[in-house]
Amino acid sequence: MRGAKSAKWVAGAIVVALAATACGGGKSDGDKGAAGAVDPNGIFSVELGEPEKLLHTGDTMESNGSLVMSGLFSTLVDYKADGSLEMINAESLTTTDSKTWTVKLKPGWTFHDGTPVTSKSFVDAWNWNANVKNAMGLASWFSDIKGFEALHPEAEGAKPTADKLEGLKIVDDTTFTIELKGSVPAFGHKLAYIPFAPLPESFYKDPKAAGEKPVGNGPYKFKSWDHKKKIEIVRFDGYKGPNKAKNGGVVFKNYTGLEAAYEDLKSGNLDVLRQVGPKDLPVYHQDLGDRAVDADHSAIQSIAVAFYADQWSKPKPVDVKVIQGLSMAIDRATITKTVLQGTREPATGWVAKGVLGYQENAAGDVTKFDPAKAKELIKAGGGVPGNKISIQFNADGGHKEWVDAVCNSIQQSVGVQCTGDSKPDFQADLAARKSKQVKSMYRSAWSLDYPVNGNFLSDLFKTGAAGNQGGFSNKELDAKLQAAESAKTLDESVKLFQEAEKDLVKYMPSIPLWYYKVNAGYGEKVSGVKYDQAGDPILNLIEVKK
Amino acid sequence: MGRYVARRLLQMIPVFLGTTFLIFFMVYSLPGDPVLGLFGDKGADPATLAAKRHELGLDLPIWQQYWNYMTNIILHFDFGTQIRNGRPVTEVLGDAFPITMQLAALAFAFELTFGIGLGIIAGLKAGRLADNAVLIFTLLIMSIPVFVLGFIIKMVFAFQLGWIEPNVSTEQNWDELIAPAIVLGGLSLAYVARLTRTSMAENLRADYMRTAVAKGLPRRRVIGVHLMRNSMIPVVTFLGTDIGALMGGAVVTEGIFNIKGVGGVIYESITRREGSTLVGLVTILVIVYLVTSLLIDLLYAVLDPRIRYA
Repeated sequence: MRGAKSAKWVAGAIVVALAATACGGGKSDGDKGAAGAVDPNGIFSVELGEPEKLLHTGDTMESNGSLVMSGLFSTLVDYKADGSLEMINAESLTTTDSKTWTVKLKPGWTFHDGTPVTSKSFVDAWNWNANVKNAMGLASWFSDIKGFEALHPEAEGAKPTADKLEGLKIVDDTTFTIELKGSVPAFGHKLAYIPFAPLPESFYKDPKAAGEKPVGNGPYKFKSWDHKKKIEIVRFDGYKGPNKAKNGGVVFKNYTGLEAAYEDLKSGNLDVLRQVGPKDLPVYHQDLGDRAVDADHSAIQSIAVAFYADQWSKPKPVDVKVIQGLSMAIDRATITKTVLQGTREPATGWVAKGVLGYQENAAGDVTKFDPAKAKELIKAGGGVPGNKISIQFNADGGHKEWVDAVCNSIQQSVGVQCTGDSKPDFQADLAARKSKQVKSMYRSAWSLDYPVNGNFLSDLFKTGAAGNQGGFSNKELDAKLQAAESAKTLDESVKLFQEAEKDLVKYMPSIPLWYYKVNAGYGEKVSGVKYDQAGDPILNLIEVKK
Repeated sequence: MGRYVARRLLQMIPVFLGTTFLIFFMVYSLPGDPVLGLFGDKGADPATLAAKRHELGLDLPIWQQYWNYMTNIILHFDFGTQIRNGRPVTEVLGDAFPITMQLAALAFAFELTFGIGLGIIAGLKAGRLADNAVLIFTLLIMSIPVFVLGFIIKMVFAFQLGWIEPNVSTEQNWDELIAPAIVLGGLSLAYVARLTRTSMAENLRADYMRTAVAKGLPRRRVIGVHLMRNSMIPVVTFLGTDIGALMGGAVVTEGIFNIKGVGGVIYESITRREGSTLVGLVTILVIVYLVTSLLIDLLYAVLDPRIRYA
């Protein structure tokens, strides 16, 4: 009853809002007379939080900055929805052994300041981003390239011994070669990521100023950044790439919360939303009709096991059957439908949807809800030590509800005591993980860096990988992942990774829970709104109505 | 009087040092590492972390960090830079304070006029219908949490009636701030009304009132000067401390109405462990509190000539 009532309220509100716009017209709305006709110079607005850092190609790792950067910079290649590559600034990208790559640039490209985009623009930018002196957060992306250690020694406080990556060689203005340490078939896909974008000469004079006012080579050029209020970018008319903007520009508007942004979308002050807040999830389909968006998002939520914790390591390492049992004790289908209101989709493996090499049902039975089998497995594995577990999570991320639900599910189906171990915020959560103080298990989410399945495996489960914070280590798996990483071709690599994923059932480094979905929407003024695998709207495709 | 003011101003120095010191160490002792937080789930190698720490001066011992911070503030009026985006803290504060002051001023004007107005009506008619109506109204306001009031106002005036925009835009127009100001000032309004009412109802029975009436002074003068002036002391005390609270405590209201003010910055700096931003903000708020409390103490002497400061 309650649901029906609130829906009516909202419906009433829409009628009023519509009537209001029909009479007076909103502030930012122009003349809506010719409905449907597209204005090629139309400017639209997108909800966006304040980018956390300066807009440096090598340091933009969170979603707010990334969206702006995706408009301002074009990389050599980009990937399509099916995971295959599309050439952007590159004319061609060729390799015979996946170790030495030759890049040919499209001629005639310029930066927004008019200077040409040459091989040097790329090579210098990569050298700068990789150098430990500049402390760029994405520097490790260059670690495949020969000579990375000289620029970026791993030990704390070590000084770089070179200022150029040995593996990069400029052949002429539009050609350069990349020599890697070994064969990396997925390297072509990695090149689509923002640290591999070129930088203009003017950048190096004052990198800090350039981070406030970036000059790129992308379909949009930078106009202004009014901190915590808005960022404006406008179409770059000299753009030569295939993804030319179909609109005149974008205004990124900053909101204090998703609810506020949603209200502005409904009242016509905002055109594109990246995410609908929890409060509005039950009603957004009804509110927005066919302007509501549900799309796949290549990210996964899981519960990782802190293998170093006394519970799992003493007196002997835990039997994998116990973890398998716990996984089968979770009723994913019900939780995603009820507690998470359909915003997630039960996971059937460790690799998220929408990436190359995703396979249905990789985990087999382990992700199916089966209390009887779960009990059996846990018993066969010697039971959960202490018969209780806890799941660490950060209280500021809206995770409490589902952690409670997962715990309830485990408790009810196998009788293992389960509690949420709440850390006040993400910082405290991370610190506990980093200093190996997680008591039992922890929430672990991963969203794609590049759309190849290896990204969800090597970066999370290899011994010592940055994303492997639970102390999981298995020589057999390491060897398999290594073999997949260094396979000769991408196809082969993807295949080997697929096998490795299937093998994970034997080790259970984490319990996959569910895949993310994009729940978003857009206003009446725009059309052609599509979302990419990372959950961001694709800016250049959006058309603005007159 | 002059000496009194000078002494109070000098007292501000140890208070200022003490609060900055406390906040600085509290942020430092919170669990979590701001540099690690920069890299989120994906982590970073030790070399990058070390380089970043060095760049931000976070590799120094805490005493030295505090010393550097304070000398920079005092000598150069430099509050440092933010860890996340390297923006100067003075600039961040400069962005957040104008809108917050605008909002606080509006809320303050609102609570001042309506609070005292309602209080006078209720006080003069103590025990009668108007008094009871005001009491019930203020009780209602006090018992509704701020965010509920905020959502109700939005629901009714923005969505149902369409009189206002649901959110404050980035242009900082005064008219957009009226609704949030009402929500923000609502609670204090109730307090002010009740304080005024009680104080007036009590003073109505005072000897000097009887004398004033017996002297045959016009009613306006009796109430406007004799009664009001004596009844305002507790109200002024409350209003003074409320200015600081309106500026620093508007986190919820700011969040509901999409205002990018001080409250939001405080919240964000705590979750991100932005020590320098937080200390800068709190320092300014402390100064606001100190100055207003000094002004209030001076106002006492104006309201009640018997109070003198030597």
